[in-house]
Amino acid sequence: MLHIPCPYCGPRDETEFHYGAEAHIAYPENPQSLDDAAWAKFVFIKANPKGWLAERWVHSAGCRRWFNVWRNTITHEFGPAYKPFTQQPKRPA
Amino acid sequence: MATTTRRRSVELPDHPDFLWANNITPKKSYDVIIIGAGGHGLATAYYLAKNHGITNVAILEKGWLAGGNMGRNTTIIRSNYLWDESAGIYDHSLKLWENLEEEVGYEMFFSQRGVMTLAHSVSDVRSKQRNFYANYVNDVDSVWLTPAEIKEIAPIVNISEDIRYPVMGATYQARGGIAKHDWVAWGYAKAAADMGVDIIQGCEVTGFNIVDGKVQGVKTNMGDIAAGKVGMVAAGHTSVLAAMAGFDVPLQSRPLQALVSELLEQVLDTVIMSGAVHVYVSQAHKGELVMGAGTDSYNSYAQRGGFHVIEHQLAAACELFPIFERAHLLRTWGGIVDISPDASPIIGRTPVENLFINSGWGTGGFKATPGSGWVMAATIASGEPDKLAAPYALDRFISGHLIDEHGAAGVAH
Repeated sequence: MLHIPCPYCGPRDETEFHYGAEAHIAYPENPQSLDDAAWAKFVFIKANPKGWLAERWVHSAGCRRWFNVWRNTITHEFGPAYKPFTQQPKRPA
Repeated sequence: MATTTRRRSVELPDHPDFLWANNITPKKSYDVIIIGAGGHGLATAYYLAKNHGITNVAILEKGWLAGGNMGRNTTIIRSNYLWDESAGIYDHSLKLWENLEEEVGYEMFFSQRGVMTLAHSVSDVRSKQRNFYANYVNDVDSVWLTPAEIKEIAPIVNISEDIRYPVMGATYQARGGIAKHDWVAWGYAKAAADMGVDIIQGCEVTGFNIVDGKVQGVKTNMGDIAAGKVGMVAAGHTSVLAAMAGFDVPLQSRPLQALVSELLEQVLDTVIMSGAVHVYVSQAHKGELVMGAGTDSYNSYAQRGGFHVIEHQLAAACELFPIFERAHLLRTWGGIVDISPDASPIIGRTPVENLFINSGWGTGGFKATPGSGWVMAATIASGEPDKLAAPYALDRFISGHLIDEHGAAGVAH
Protein backbone atom coordinates (compact mmCIF):
# COMPACT_ATOMS: atom_id res chain seq x y z
CA MET A 1 0.00 0.00 0.00
CA LEU A 2 1.25 3.44 -0.86
CA HIS A 3 1.98 5.89 1.92
CA ILE A 4 0.82 9.16 0.40
CA PRO A 5 2.17 12.52 1.64
CA CYS A 6 -0.91 14.74 1.92
CA PRO A 7 0.42 18.34 2.07
CA TYR A 8 -2.33 19.20 4.57
CA CYS A 9 -2.29 16.14 6.88
CA GLY A 10 1.04 14.47 6.36
CA PRO A 11 1.60 10.87 5.22
CA ARG A 12 -1.45 8.61 5.30
CA ASP A 13 -2.44 5.17 3.94
CA GLU A 14 -3.44 4.91 0.30
CA THR A 15 -6.92 3.61 1.24
CA GLU A 16 -7.79 7.12 2.50
CA PHE A 17 -7.31 8.60 -0.97
CA HIS A 18 -8.75 8.59 -4.45
CA TYR A 19 -6.66 9.03 -7.55
CA GLY A 20 -6.97 11.88 -10.02
CA ALA A 21 -4.33 11.03 -12.67
CA GLU A 22 -2.27 13.73 -14.42
CA ALA A 23 -2.17 17.13 -12.70
CA HIS A 24 -2.17 20.58 -14.30
CA ILE A 25 -4.71 19.95 -17.07
CA ALA A 26 -6.30 23.38 -17.39
CA TYR A 27 -9.79 23.85 -18.79
CA PRO A 28 -9.49 25.37 -22.29
CA GLU A 29 -9.45 29.15 -22.23
CA ASN A 30 -11.63 29.45 -25.32
CA PRO A 31 -13.75 26.31 -25.36
CA GLN A 32 -15.80 27.58 -28.33
CA SER A 33 -12.72 27.68 -30.51
CA LEU A 34 -11.72 24.03 -29.97
CA ASP A 35 -12.23 21.53 -32.78
CA ASP A 36 -13.00 17.84 -32.17
CA ALA A 37 -9.33 16.82 -32.13
CA ALA A 38 -8.49 19.47 -29.53
CA TRP A 39 -11.45 18.40 -27.38
CA ALA A 40 -10.37 14.76 -27.69
CA LYS A 41 -6.91 15.73 -26.49
CA PHE A 42 -8.34 17.66 -23.53
CA VAL A 43 -10.83 14.95 -22.52
CA PHE A 44 -9.02 11.69 -23.28
CA ILE A 45 -5.26 12.21 -23.40
CA LYS A 46 -3.60 11.96 -20.01
CA ALA A 47 0.11 11.65 -19.37
CA ASN A 48 1.19 8.03 -18.87
CA PRO A 49 4.97 8.22 -18.48
CA LYS A 50 7.25 5.46 -17.30
CA GLY A 51 9.01 7.42 -14.56
CA TRP A 52 8.08 10.62 -12.75
CA LEU A 53 4.49 11.83 -13.05
CA ALA A 54 2.93 14.94 -11.49
CA GLU A 55 -0.47 13.65 -10.47
CA ARG A 56 -3.53 14.52 -8.40
CA TRP A 57 -4.95 12.78 -5.36
CA VAL A 58 -7.87 13.66 -3.11
CA HIS A 59 -7.70 12.83 0.60
CA SER A 60 -11.29 11.53 0.66
CA ALA A 61 -11.20 9.98 4.13
CA GLY A 62 -9.13 12.78 5.62
CA CYS A 63 -9.17 16.50 4.87
CA ARG A 64 -11.13 15.87 1.63
CA ARG A 65 -8.86 18.23 -0.27
CA TRP A 66 -7.21 17.79 -3.68
CA PHE A 67 -3.48 18.18 -4.04
CA ASN A 68 -0.65 17.40 -6.44
CA VAL A 69 2.38 15.21 -5.95
CA TRP A 70 5.30 13.87 -7.94
CA ARG A 71 5.39 10.05 -7.98
CA ASN A 72 7.61 7.63 -9.84
CA THR A 73 5.54 5.07 -11.77
CA ILE A 74 8.37 2.51 -11.83
CA THR A 75 9.40 2.56 -8.15
CA HIS A 76 6.24 4.09 -6.59
CA GLU A 77 8.56 6.52 -4.78
CA PHE A 78 7.01 9.89 -3.91
CA GLY A 79 8.61 13.22 -4.69
CA PRO A 80 7.38 16.52 -3.29
CA ALA A 81 3.65 17.04 -2.69
CA TYR A 82 2.19 20.50 -3.21
CA LYS A 83 -1.08 22.36 -2.95
CA PRO A 84 -3.04 23.39 -6.04
CA PHE A 85 -2.31 26.84 -7.49
CA THR A 86 1.17 26.89 -5.94
CA GLN A 87 4.48 26.72 -7.75
CA GLN A 88 5.16 23.21 -9.07
CA PRO A 89 8.34 21.78 -7.54
CA LYS A 90 10.97 20.58 -9.99
CA ARG A 91 10.67 17.06 -11.35
CA PRO A 92 12.79 14.86 -9.06
CA ALA A 93 15.98 13.54 -10.61
CA MET B 1 21.97 -26.02 12.85
CA ALA B 2 23.26 -28.87 10.82
CA THR B 3 24.45 -28.07 7.39
CA THR B 4 23.53 -30.19 4.47
CA THR B 5 25.62 -30.67 1.42
CA ARG B 6 23.97 -30.87 -1.92
CA ARG B 7 25.26 -33.53 -4.25
CA ARG B 8 24.98 -32.87 -7.91
CA SER B 9 23.24 -35.79 -9.53
CA VAL B 10 25.55 -37.69 -11.77
CA GLU B 11 23.53 -37.59 -14.94
CA LEU B 12 21.34 -34.66 -15.78
CA PRO B 13 19.05 -35.06 -18.75
CA ASP B 14 19.64 -32.71 -21.65
CA HIS B 15 17.52 -29.63 -21.87
CA PRO B 16 14.51 -30.43 -24.01
CA ASP B 17 14.46 -28.96 -27.50
CA PHE B 18 13.14 -25.43 -27.78
CA LEU B 19 9.83 -25.08 -29.54
CA TRP B 20 11.17 -22.22 -31.63
CA ALA B 21 14.65 -21.15 -32.74
CA ASN B 22 16.42 -19.26 -29.97
CA ASN B 23 19.22 -16.70 -29.91
CA ILE B 24 18.43 -15.44 -33.38
CA THR B 25 20.44 -12.46 -34.61
CA PRO B 26 17.96 -10.08 -36.21
CA LYS B 27 18.18 -9.68 -39.97
CA LYS B 28 18.82 -6.18 -41.37
CA SER B 29 15.32 -5.95 -42.71
CA TYR B 30 11.86 -7.53 -42.45
CA ASP B 31 8.57 -7.06 -44.24
CA VAL B 32 6.83 -6.73 -40.91
CA ILE B 33 8.10 -6.18 -37.37
CA ILE B 34 5.80 -6.91 -34.46
CA ILE B 35 6.78 -5.28 -31.16
CA GLY B 36 5.88 -7.53 -28.25
CA ALA B 37 5.93 -11.33 -27.96
CA GLY B 38 2.85 -11.60 -25.81
CA GLY B 39 -0.21 -13.53 -26.87
CA HIS B 40 -1.54 -10.85 -29.21
CA GLY B 41 1.84 -10.24 -30.86
CA LEU B 42 2.47 -13.95 -31.37
CA ALA B 43 -1.04 -14.45 -32.74
CA THR B 44 -0.57 -11.48 -35.08
CA ALA B 45 2.63 -12.99 -36.49
CA TYR B 46 1.01 -16.41 -36.76
CA TYR B 47 -1.98 -15.10 -38.77
CA LEU B 48 0.27 -12.88 -40.92
CA ALA B 49 2.04 -16.06 -42.01
CA LYS B 50 -0.96 -18.39 -42.08
CA ASN B 51 -3.70 -16.17 -43.54
CA HIS B 52 -1.68 -13.70 -45.60
CA GLY B 53 1.49 -15.59 -46.58
CA ILE B 54 3.71 -12.92 -45.00
CA THR B 55 6.55 -14.85 -43.35
CA ASN B 56 9.46 -12.40 -43.43
CA VAL B 57 8.39 -11.27 -39.98
CA ALA B 58 10.22 -10.58 -36.72
CA ILE B 59 8.69 -10.37 -33.28
CA LEU B 60 10.83 -8.20 -31.01
CA GLU B 61 10.45 -8.76 -27.29
CA LYS B 62 12.31 -6.67 -24.72
CA GLY B 63 11.87 -9.30 -22.02
CA TRP B 64 11.00 -12.92 -22.63
CA LEU B 65 8.23 -14.57 -24.56
CA ALA B 66 4.86 -14.31 -22.78
CA GLY B 67 6.54 -12.77 -19.73
CA GLY B 68 4.11 -9.88 -19.48
CA ASN B 69 0.35 -10.05 -19.19
CA MET B 70 0.21 -13.26 -21.24
CA GLY B 71 1.78 -15.05 -18.29
CA ARG B 72 -0.11 -13.08 -15.63
CA ASN B 73 -3.79 -13.20 -16.56
CA THR B 74 -6.56 -15.37 -15.12
CA THR B 75 -7.15 -17.14 -18.47
CA ILE B 76 -10.89 -16.48 -18.72
CA ILE B 77 -12.45 -16.76 -22.16
CA ARG B 78 -15.92 -15.48 -23.04
CA SER B 79 -17.63 -13.32 -25.64
CA ASN B 80 -20.85 -12.17 -23.94
CA TYR B 81 -20.19 -8.45 -24.27
CA LEU B 82 -22.91 -5.83 -24.54
CA TRP B 83 -22.17 -3.87 -27.69
CA ASP B 84 -22.40 -5.14 -31.28
CA GLU B 85 -18.79 -4.22 -32.03
CA SER B 86 -17.61 -6.18 -28.99
CA ALA B 87 -19.78 -9.19 -29.78
CA GLY B 88 -18.25 -9.10 -33.26
CA ILE B 89 -14.61 -9.26 -32.29
CA TYR B 90 -14.87 -11.31 -29.08
CA ASP B 91 -17.16 -13.94 -30.57
CA HIS B 92 -14.93 -14.23 -33.62
CA SER B 93 -12.14 -14.85 -31.14
CA LEU B 94 -14.15 -17.50 -29.27
CA LYS B 95 -14.89 -19.29 -32.53
CA LEU B 96 -11.15 -19.34 -33.28
CA TRP B 97 -10.46 -20.73 -29.78
CA GLU B 98 -12.83 -23.59 -30.51
CA ASN B 99 -10.52 -24.96 -33.23
CA LEU B 100 -7.21 -23.50 -32.16
CA GLU B 101 -5.46 -26.52 -30.66
CA GLU B 102 -6.22 -28.59 -33.72
CA GLU B 103 -5.22 -25.77 -36.07
CA VAL B 104 -1.82 -25.02 -34.55
CA GLY B 105 -1.22 -28.62 -33.51
CA TYR B 106 -0.48 -27.86 -29.90
CA GLU B 107 -2.28 -28.61 -26.63
CA MET B 108 -3.67 -25.51 -24.91
CA PHE B 109 -6.02 -27.06 -22.34
CA PHE B 110 -8.91 -25.04 -23.74
CA SER B 111 -11.88 -26.00 -21.59
CA GLN B 112 -15.39 -24.73 -22.29
CA ARG B 113 -16.59 -25.03 -18.72
CA GLY B 114 -18.90 -22.00 -18.89
CA VAL B 115 -18.63 -18.51 -17.49
CA MET B 116 -21.14 -17.23 -14.96
CA THR B 117 -21.49 -13.52 -14.20
CA LEU B 118 -23.37 -12.86 -10.98
CA ALA B 119 -25.83 -10.06 -10.27
CA HIS B 120 -26.18 -8.75 -6.70
CA SER B 121 -28.78 -5.99 -6.74
CA VAL B 122 -31.94 -5.04 -8.61
CA SER B 123 -30.06 -2.66 -10.87
CA ASP B 124 -27.33 -5.26 -11.37
CA VAL B 125 -30.00 -7.78 -12.41
CA ARG B 126 -31.45 -5.29 -14.90
CA SER B 127 -28.11 -4.46 -16.47
CA LYS B 128 -27.07 -8.13 -16.68
CA GLN B 129 -30.42 -9.03 -18.24
CA ARG B 130 -29.96 -6.24 -20.74
CA ASN B 131 -26.58 -7.76 -21.52
CA PHE B 132 -28.15 -11.20 -21.82
CA TYR B 133 -30.77 -9.95 -24.33
CA ALA B 134 -28.11 -8.07 -26.29
CA ASN B 135 -26.14 -11.32 -26.56
CA TYR B 136 -29.27 -13.11 -27.74
CA VAL B 137 -29.79 -10.54 -30.51
CA ASN B 138 -26.13 -10.87 -31.53
CA ASP B 139 -26.27 -14.70 -31.66
CA VAL B 140 -23.88 -15.00 -28.74
CA ASP B 141 -24.95 -17.91 -26.53
CA SER B 142 -26.17 -16.78 -23.14
CA VAL B 143 -28.74 -17.90 -20.61
CA TRP B 144 -30.19 -16.32 -17.50
CA LEU B 145 -29.87 -18.31 -14.28
CA THR B 146 -31.90 -18.01 -11.10
CA PRO B 147 -30.07 -18.42 -7.77
CA ALA B 148 -31.32 -22.03 -7.57
CA GLU B 149 -29.95 -22.75 -11.04
CA ILE B 150 -26.64 -21.12 -10.07
CA LYS B 151 -26.45 -23.43 -7.07
CA GLU B 152 -27.04 -26.44 -9.31
CA ILE B 153 -24.07 -25.57 -11.54
CA ALA B 154 -21.83 -24.33 -8.73
CA PRO B 155 -22.90 -25.81 -5.38
CA ILE B 156 -20.26 -23.89 -3.42
CA VAL B 157 -21.84 -20.48 -4.12
CA ASN B 158 -23.57 -18.94 -1.12
CA ILE B 159 -27.07 -17.98 -2.31
CA SER B 160 -28.32 -16.90 1.11
CA GLU B 161 -30.27 -13.65 1.08
CA ASP B 162 -28.51 -12.53 4.24
CA ILE B 163 -25.11 -11.69 2.85
CA ARG B 164 -23.75 -8.27 1.96
CA TYR B 165 -23.98 -8.92 -1.77
CA PRO B 166 -26.76 -11.50 -2.18
CA VAL B 167 -26.73 -13.52 -5.40
CA MET B 168 -29.88 -12.56 -7.33
CA GLY B 169 -29.18 -14.17 -10.68
CA ALA B 170 -26.50 -14.58 -13.30
CA THR B 171 -25.79 -14.64 -16.98
CA TYR B 172 -24.14 -17.85 -18.11
CA GLN B 173 -22.21 -18.43 -21.30
CA ALA B 174 -21.71 -22.16 -21.70
CA ARG B 175 -19.17 -21.74 -24.54
CA GLY B 176 -16.92 -19.66 -22.28
CA GLY B 177 -14.16 -21.17 -20.20
CA ILE B 178 -10.42 -21.13 -19.69
CA ALA B 179 -7.19 -22.17 -21.41
CA LYS B 180 -3.65 -22.55 -20.18
CA HIS B 181 -2.12 -19.20 -21.08
CA ASP B 182 1.54 -20.19 -21.35
CA TRP B 183 0.67 -23.16 -23.56
CA VAL B 184 -1.33 -20.83 -25.80
CA ALA B 185 1.71 -18.58 -26.20
CA TRP B 186 3.99 -21.56 -26.86
CA GLY B 187 1.58 -23.00 -29.42
CA TYR B 188 1.38 -19.75 -31.36
CA ALA B 189 5.15 -19.21 -31.07
CA LYS B 190 5.98 -22.68 -32.34
CA ALA B 191 3.50 -22.50 -35.22
CA ALA B 192 4.68 -19.01 -36.24
CA ALA B 193 8.36 -19.99 -36.01
CA ASP B 194 7.67 -23.11 -38.08
CA MET B 195 6.37 -20.83 -40.85
CA GLY B 196 9.54 -18.69 -40.75
CA VAL B 197 8.81 -15.96 -38.20
CA ASP B 198 11.86 -14.83 -36.17
CA ILE B 199 11.15 -14.52 -32.46
CA ILE B 200 13.83 -12.31 -30.93
CA GLN B 201 13.80 -12.06 -27.15
CA GLY B 202 15.81 -9.52 -25.19
CA CYS B 203 15.43 -7.07 -28.07
CA GLU B 204 14.11 -3.73 -26.84
CA VAL B 205 12.78 -1.10 -29.22
CA THR B 206 14.34 2.24 -28.27
CA GLY B 207 13.04 4.37 -31.14
CA PHE B 208 11.54 4.47 -34.62
CA ASN B 209 13.08 5.50 -37.91
CA ILE B 210 10.42 7.70 -39.45
CA VAL B 211 10.95 9.58 -42.73
CA ASP B 212 8.28 11.92 -44.12
CA GLY B 213 5.69 10.54 -41.74
CA LYS B 214 6.36 6.95 -42.80
CA VAL B 215 7.97 4.33 -40.59
CA GLN B 216 11.14 2.79 -42.04
CA GLY B 217 12.12 0.56 -39.17
CA VAL B 218 13.00 0.49 -35.50
CA LYS B 219 16.03 1.23 -33.35
CA THR B 220 16.85 -1.46 -30.82
CA ASN B 221 19.51 -2.52 -28.35
CA MET B 222 20.58 -4.95 -31.11
CA GLY B 223 20.91 -2.18 -33.71
CA ASP B 224 18.61 -0.69 -36.32
CA ILE B 225 16.22 -3.03 -38.09
CA ALA B 226 14.39 -1.92 -41.22
CA ALA B 227 10.78 -2.87 -41.82
CA GLY B 228 8.08 -2.24 -44.40
CA LYS B 229 5.45 -2.21 -41.70
CA VAL B 230 5.55 -2.19 -37.91
CA GLY B 231 2.87 -3.31 -35.46
CA MET B 232 2.95 -2.20 -31.82
CA VAL B 233 1.41 -4.91 -29.64
CA ALA B 234 2.88 -3.87 -26.31
CA ALA B 235 -0.06 -3.63 -23.87
CA GLY B 236 0.99 -1.57 -20.82
CA HIS B 237 4.01 -0.15 -22.64
CA THR B 238 2.09 1.21 -25.62
CA SER B 239 2.23 4.80 -24.34
CA VAL B 240 6.02 4.57 -24.11
CA LEU B 241 6.28 3.36 -27.72
CA ALA B 242 3.75 5.90 -29.02
CA ALA B 243 5.76 8.69 -27.39
CA MET B 244 8.85 7.46 -29.29
CA ALA B 245 6.85 7.60 -32.53
CA GLY B 246 5.58 11.08 -31.72
CA PHE B 247 1.86 10.66 -31.12
CA ASP B 248 -0.50 10.47 -28.15
CA VAL B 249 -2.63 7.50 -27.14
CA PRO B 250 -5.52 7.75 -24.68
CA LEU B 251 -4.19 5.02 -22.41
CA GLN B 252 -3.38 4.75 -18.72
CA SER B 253 -1.16 1.91 -17.50
CA ARG B 254 -2.34 0.36 -14.25
CA PRO B 255 -1.42 -2.68 -12.16
CA LEU B 256 -3.90 -5.54 -12.25
CA GLN B 257 -3.35 -8.21 -9.64
CA ALA B 258 -4.21 -11.88 -9.57
CA LEU B 259 -3.56 -14.72 -7.17
CA VAL B 260 -3.69 -18.46 -6.71
CA SER B 261 -4.44 -20.68 -3.76
CA GLU B 262 -2.60 -23.87 -2.92
CA LEU B 263 -3.67 -26.97 -4.84
CA LEU B 264 -7.13 -28.15 -3.79
CA GLU B 265 -9.45 -30.91 -4.78
CA GLN B 266 -11.85 -29.96 -7.53
CA VAL B 267 -14.61 -27.79 -6.05
CA LEU B 268 -15.46 -25.52 -8.95
CA ASP B 269 -15.88 -26.66 -12.54
CA THR B 270 -17.05 -23.41 -14.07
CA VAL B 271 -15.82 -19.80 -14.08
CA ILE B 272 -17.59 -17.35 -11.78
CA MET B 273 -17.30 -13.59 -12.10
CA SER B 274 -18.81 -10.77 -10.15
CA GLY B 275 -18.31 -7.17 -11.14
CA ALA B 276 -20.06 -5.83 -8.06
CA VAL B 277 -17.73 -7.51 -5.58
CA HIS B 278 -14.61 -7.48 -7.79
CA VAL B 279 -14.04 -11.20 -7.98
CA TYR B 280 -13.51 -13.64 -10.76
CA VAL B 281 -12.49 -17.18 -10.01
CA SER B 282 -11.88 -20.49 -11.69
CA GLN B 283 -10.06 -23.62 -10.65
CA ALA B 284 -7.06 -24.54 -12.77
CA HIS B 285 -6.51 -28.05 -14.05
CA LYS B 286 -3.89 -28.73 -11.38
CA GLY B 287 -6.32 -27.62 -8.65
CA GLU B 288 -5.34 -24.13 -7.58
CA LEU B 289 -8.07 -21.50 -7.37
CA VAL B 290 -7.18 -18.68 -9.74
CA MET B 291 -8.61 -15.30 -8.85
CA GLY B 292 -8.34 -11.82 -10.21
CA ALA B 293 -8.99 -8.49 -8.57
CA GLY B 294 -9.77 -5.01 -9.83
CA THR B 295 -6.97 -2.72 -10.95
CA ASP B 296 -5.03 -0.63 -8.49
CA SER B 297 -6.15 2.98 -8.80
CA TYR B 298 -2.94 4.65 -9.95
CA ASN B 299 -0.66 4.66 -13.00
CA SER B 300 2.23 2.26 -12.68
CA TYR B 301 4.76 0.22 -14.61
CA ALA B 302 5.89 -1.76 -11.57
CA GLN B 303 4.02 -5.07 -12.12
CA ARG B 304 2.87 -5.11 -8.51
CA GLY B 305 0.06 -3.55 -6.54
CA GLY B 306 -1.22 -2.97 -3.02
CA PHE B 307 -2.10 -5.88 -0.77
CA HIS B 308 -5.30 -4.13 0.35
CA VAL B 309 -6.68 -4.80 -3.12
CA ILE B 310 -6.08 -8.53 -2.58
CA GLU B 311 -7.60 -8.40 0.92
CA HIS B 312 -10.70 -6.63 -0.37
CA GLN B 313 -11.12 -9.22 -3.06
CA LEU B 314 -10.57 -12.21 -0.78
CA ALA B 315 -13.10 -10.86 1.72
CA ALA B 316 -15.71 -10.79 -1.04
CA ALA B 317 -14.65 -14.22 -2.31
CA CYS B 318 -14.97 -15.79 1.14
CA GLU B 319 -18.46 -14.40 1.54
CA LEU B 320 -19.58 -15.72 -1.82
CA PHE B 321 -17.76 -19.03 -1.39
CA PRO B 322 -17.60 -19.83 2.34
CA ILE B 323 -15.56 -22.96 1.60
CA PHE B 324 -12.65 -20.73 0.48
CA GLU B 325 -12.11 -19.52 4.05
CA ARG B 326 -9.94 -22.55 4.76
CA ALA B 327 -7.81 -22.16 1.66
CA HIS B 328 -4.34 -20.65 1.79
CA LEU B 329 -3.10 -17.95 -0.51
CA LEU B 330 -0.08 -19.28 -2.35
CA ARG B 331 1.04 -16.47 -4.60
CA THR B 332 -0.02 -13.03 -5.85
CA TRP B 333 1.38 -11.04 -8.74
CA GLY B 334 0.59 -8.07 -10.94
CA GLY B 335 0.66 -7.13 -14.58
CA ILE B 336 0.47 -3.72 -16.23
CA VAL B 337 -2.69 -3.27 -18.24
CA ASP B 338 -3.41 -0.45 -20.68
CA ILE B 339 -6.82 1.02 -19.96
CA SER B 340 -8.56 3.04 -22.64
CA PRO B 341 -11.28 5.60 -21.86
CA ASP B 342 -14.11 3.29 -23.02
CA ALA B 343 -12.48 0.02 -21.87
CA SER B 344 -12.33 -1.17 -25.46
CA PRO B 345 -9.22 -1.86 -27.50
CA ILE B 346 -7.53 0.47 -29.96
CA ILE B 347 -6.67 -1.31 -33.21
CA GLY B 348 -5.60 0.04 -36.57
CA ARG B 349 -3.62 2.80 -38.19
CA THR B 350 -1.68 5.49 -36.37
CA PRO B 351 -0.68 9.01 -37.45
CA VAL B 352 2.57 7.41 -38.70
CA GLU B 353 2.14 5.62 -42.02
CA ASN B 354 2.74 1.85 -41.94
CA LEU B 355 2.89 1.89 -38.15
CA PHE B 356 -0.08 0.02 -36.67
CA ILE B 357 -1.37 -0.20 -33.15
CA ASN B 358 -3.11 -2.96 -31.18
CA SER B 359 -3.59 -1.93 -27.57
CA GLY B 360 -6.06 -0.89 -24.92
CA TRP B 361 -7.25 -4.41 -24.15
CA GLY B 362 -7.08 -3.39 -20.52
CA THR B 363 -8.11 -6.06 -18.05
CA GLY B 364 -9.63 -8.45 -20.59
CA GLY B 365 -7.15 -9.19 -23.35
CA PHE B 366 -6.44 -12.88 -22.93
CA LYS B 367 -9.78 -14.08 -24.27
CA ALA B 368 -9.26 -11.95 -27.37
CA THR B 369 -5.83 -13.40 -28.21
CA PRO B 370 -6.83 -15.27 -31.41
CA GLY B 371 -9.31 -12.65 -32.64
CA SER B 372 -6.95 -9.78 -31.89
CA GLY B 373 -4.13 -11.42 -33.80
CA TRP B 374 -6.47 -12.27 -36.66
CA VAL B 375 -7.73 -8.71 -37.20
CA MET B 376 -4.32 -7.12 -36.57
CA ALA B 377 -2.72 -9.39 -39.18
CA ALA B 378 -5.45 -8.52 -41.70
CA THR B 379 -5.04 -4.81 -40.94
CA ILE B 380 -1.26 -4.91 -41.34
CA ALA B 381 -1.41 -7.07 -44.47
CA SER B 382 -3.85 -4.85 -46.36
CA GLY B 383 -3.03 -1.54 -44.72
CA GLU B 384 -6.78 -1.09 -44.21
CA PRO B 385 -8.62 -1.83 -40.96
CA ASP B 386 -10.18 -5.27 -40.89
CA LYS B 387 -14.00 -5.13 -40.79
CA LEU B 388 -14.17 -6.33 -37.18
CA ALA B 389 -11.36 -3.96 -36.16
CA ALA B 390 -12.62 -0.82 -37.93
CA PRO B 391 -14.82 0.39 -35.03
CA TYR B 392 -11.74 0.27 -32.76
CA ALA B 393 -9.77 2.93 -34.64
CA LEU B 394 -7.71 5.43 -32.67
CA ASP B 395 -9.73 8.31 -34.13
CA ARG B 396 -12.96 7.20 -32.44
CA PHE B 397 -11.93 9.41 -29.54
CA ILE B 398 -12.19 12.37 -31.92
CA SER B 399 -15.36 11.27 -33.71
CA GLY B 400 -17.00 10.28 -30.42
CA HIS B 401 -17.95 6.77 -31.56
CA LEU B 402 -16.92 5.15 -28.30
CA ILE B 403 -17.61 1.50 -27.53
CA ASP B 404 -18.43 1.88 -23.89
CA GLU B 405 -17.78 -1.47 -22.29
CA HIS B 406 -16.77 0.27 -19.05
CA GLY B 407 -20.37 1.00 -18.23
CA ALA B 408 -21.50 -2.26 -19.77
CA ALA B 409 -19.03 -4.65 -18.20
CA GLY B 410 -18.81 -3.19 -14.72
CA VAL B 411 -15.23 -3.81 -13.69
CA ALA B 412 -14.19 -7.38 -14.22
CA HIS B 413 -13.85 -7.74 -17.96
